[in-house]
Amino acid sequence: MTLVIQLIFGLVAALIIGAAMMVVLVRNVIHAALWLIACFFGVGALYLLLQAEFLAVVQVLIYVGAISILILFAIMLTRQVTGEGVRQLVGGWRLWLTVAISALLFAVVIVPTVASQQWNVPPPLGPEGAPEPLAGPAELGRGFVSEFLLQFEVAGVLLTVALIGAIVVAYEERARRRRVLTLAEEHELRKRAAASDQPAGD
Amino acid sequence: MLGAYLPILVMFLIAVFIAAFVIIVSSLLGPRRSTVRKLAPYESGMEPIGPAIRRIPVKFYVVAMLFIVFDIEVVFFYPYALVFRDLAGPGLVAMGVFFLVLVVGFVYEWKKGALKWE
Repeated sequence: MTLVIQLIFGLVAALIIGAAMMVVLVRNVIHAALWLIACFFGVGALYLLLQAEFLAVVQVLIYVGAISILILFAIMLTRQVTGEGVRQLVGGWRLWLTVAISALLFAVVIVPTVASQQWNVPPPLGPEGAPEPLAGPAELGRGFVSEFLLQFEVAGVLLTVALIGAIVVAYEERARRRRVLTLAEEHELRKRAAASDQPAGD
Repeated sequence: MLGAYLPILVMFLIAVFIAAFVIIVSSLLGPRRSTVRKLAPYESGMEPIGPAIRRIPVKFYVVAMLFIVFDIEVVFFYPYALVFRDLAGPGLVAMGVFFLVLVVGFVYEWKKGALKWE
């Protein structure tokens, strides 16, 4: 059983890394977004392997279902989609210099982390007064309205701010333009009404 | 415990297999006798004007953004729905405050006409 899980983990990790590589390697931004969706799916499977089922479902629901759509729409708002005619870093010593610097920076971060890591960590306990280790969606729901009430309500405020912010950014400009148009139309209508009244009066 | 997700894995593998099978078999067996007419984007149709990928109005983006916000809100409801009987009164009040804050945003959105498609 462990071997099977190791095998599945290997496949999922390969999927994540491969898809992430494709995200940065493909030229077309829309294709990059599609590869990113595959990467999100892999991360969801990884959550499942960690026995975080709720997180896995949320990953699919929000990242695969919503964030990727948002990314695609954001791309379709932009002008340069296919990336044709864009100069890219191709071959030569510049590429290898970039690879070396990136690998060095990555090593600076990852080597101390891995070296100082304790791998057999017991499952984290909740704050004082929590009856059992925090695990599972039911426990999460209980935590939302008891120990983590403040964070939960702040999350609600944050969502509202995001909602209002999106509408303000997208609609302010348009509302102003529509008002101007309406005024212009009103002017036009009044002029036309006056012009049509004139012959009728004569 | 992970055994419960075996059907999902099997379904995923079947989906991948069908997709790959259809593409590979049709590229191997399908006849390819291409003519100028057949290679046109719309056979016997209009000449296409401009690029296929063009910019879209911002209202699509707004709808996607609103969808995400309410999606995340619903995700917060799921764990609560599992235990709302045990939590009773205090839980309902806490969730009610959360919901009320979001209703404020919803009313603003409604009044602003962001839900209207024009």
